[in-house]
Amino acid sequence: MNNQKGTETIENREKGSTNDDSFKNLSGFKIKALYGPEDISQPGREADLGLPGEYPFTRGIHKTMYRQRPWTIRQLGSLDSPSKANERIRQLLQMGANGISLCLDMPTIMGRDSDDPLAEGEVGSCGGVAIDSIEDMRNLLEGIPIDEISINFVSNSQSSVILSMFVAVAEERGVPLEKLTGTMQNDILKEYQAQKSYYFPPRPSMRLTIDTLSFCNKHLPRFNPISISGYHLASAGATPVQELAFTLANGFTYVEEGIKAGLSVDSFAPRLSFFFKVHNDFFENIAKYRAARRIWAKTIRERFEAKDRRSCLFRVHTQTSGSSLTAHQAENNIIRVTIQALSAVLGGTQSLHTNAFDEALSIPTPRSEKLALRTQQIIARESGVINTIDPLAGSYYVEALTNQMEAECYKYFKEIEDLGGVISAIEKGYYAKIIADSAFSYQREIEKGERIVVGLNEFFEEEETDIELREADPEFEREKVSDLVALKENRDQALVKACLNEIGEVCQGSDNIIPYLIKAVKSYVTLGEIIGVMKEIFGEYREDSIY
Amino acid sequence: MATIKKIKVLVTKVGLDGHDRGAKVVSSLLKEAGMEVIYLGMFQRPESIVKAAIDEDVDVIGLSYLSGEHLIFTPKVVEEMRKNNVDDVLLIAGGTFPAEDIPAMEEMGIDKVFRAGSLTESIVDYINDHVEE
Repeated sequence: MNNQKGTETIENREKGSTNDDSFKNLSGFKIKALYGPEDISQPGREADLGLPGEYPFTRGIHKTMYRQRPWTIRQLGSLDSPSKANERIRQLLQMGANGISLCLDMPTIMGRDSDDPLAEGEVGSCGGVAIDSIEDMRNLLEGIPIDEISINFVSNSQSSVILSMFVAVAEERGVPLEKLTGTMQNDILKEYQAQKSYYFPPRPSMRLTIDTLSFCNKHLPRFNPISISGYHLASAGATPVQELAFTLANGFTYVEEGIKAGLSVDSFAPRLSFFFKVHNDFFENIAKYRAARRIWAKTIRERFEAKDRRSCLFRVHTQTSGSSLTAHQAENNIIRVTIQALSAVLGGTQSLHTNAFDEALSIPTPRSEKLALRTQQIIARESGVINTIDPLAGSYYVEALTNQMEAECYKYFKEIEDLGGVISAIEKGYYAKIIADSAFSYQREIEKGERIVVGLNEFFEEEETDIELREADPEFEREKVSDLVALKENRDQALVKACLNEIGEVCQGSDNIIPYLIKAVKSYVTLGEIIGVMKEIFGEYREDSIY
Repeated sequence: MATIKKIKVLVTKVGLDGHDRGAKVVSSLLKEAGMEVIYLGMFQRPESIVKAAIDEDVDVIGLSYLSGEHLIFTPKVVEEMRKNNVDDVLLIAGGTFPAEDIPAMEEMGIDKVFRAGSLTESIVDYINDHVEE
């Protein structure tokens, strides 16, 4: 009996080393036991690799990559109130962050002021900052050198208003607009596909996105007006290859829309940037970045006929995977974040946010945030991975996976095209269905033990360690509401009304809306008021529930 | 042969938060476990949830939370249920919560709280054990 059992084990190991189906990455690709020259020797492929800083940029967008300048350490600096967020930004910069991301609270995300009855209980929620008026933007940015430190506004449906407040504050401070740096997420397509914080139907939303793009194109040449985001698609359940394909397809859609609005591709494509999620599968993720750079470069040059090499650069910010973090044995998340961060760096990211290990429990504490930031500094300064450029190039596995990712992407592009393009695919429920299916499969794999999550479905422990959590401020909402009520009472009401009327008219026409919004926010018209008027004109969007 | 009535579960999110991955995945898994799911989706208010629960005559209401709004909305949903004499419906919640909030939520009237990372098996078993025949 014993002997027989021993043979079985060896057979199983043999099976495991050759063609066992259980070795799969997150995209569902079967991974072979061994990769060799035959996996990457298709004719014509040499040109696809190239050199770093050269078309098609598979090996990275810069000639020198991290040797000249490591990636931007960009951490989330938001907190409920603008002045507390300001303090947090200063602390992060002091600790060595060189970029900042700012999330908005749930009411601001949904286009509602803090005093809106539907905002009750959610002001300052979700680790986001409450932005009602220009006064909040002033407090948020006070003393921050906005021409030196790039701020990434995680703002989407309300981007036109947030940009207008940002520009208005810069003008007050005498900072020339052409010096302003930073990013507006402003990626409306993925809202319908995954993140679900939309107000209007897709087409008027696209108009606002393109108004923002056009305004930046003319006045803020150093500012990234759209950060095309796969992160949210992946968080909602999309697999890495789906994240890659859908993000790129969205990117191409913005390029088409920009061209339709009369801009030349080379005038705005260099300022389009991207946002990826890095999930647990180390090499799959690296292949995703390399494939992304190649597909973007080829499509921009071949299909959109860009001449400027900068148009072809896939510049990307990365965040480690919030949805891979567990509430159980939360300290294990420190290791997950480290591995993911290393993978993003080896993938060639331009900027990186590392999550805090306590995020599956609550909003991070200053201590867990600092640890997340230090994780990046240790990778950059101690691990030696930055010493040479694209160290994994030529790996049979990585190159084969990169090619496979690329090929799979084109299958999704074809499906989207067959549905009539991205917006049409949204309206037909294509993304909702695929993403819900992927989320479901992932969870089922965990439940069946086919995918192991350490501390959750293996090495589970009943007892949990005590973790210190950040306390929410119970007074904040009341104070924020009363400040806003006072602000609304003490402004030129006739001017407010005139601005809102004007915005309503512009919404019905085709003028770029941004200059009118800048005028309005300077007159203390609030974000919720502006969105309210826009909803009257554009209507509201409701999705069918597909899961 | 007597037909066995399927357990009917209403799954929803209350408030402005649109993180609906958990709600959708749990809905699919409950369906797979043989239950009937009424997926009310995002952006609901306590009134709309309780009204739907009555109209659909559900056995269970499942609230999905993510952004820290659970302590605000839970009492409102419970109060709305009380006002409408909905006293035979199991109220469960799932999502991202600090461990210390769980006793408070149970005190407020949630029958059972499932934290992020719970396996659906535990949710299915709990519902099967607690829905009155």
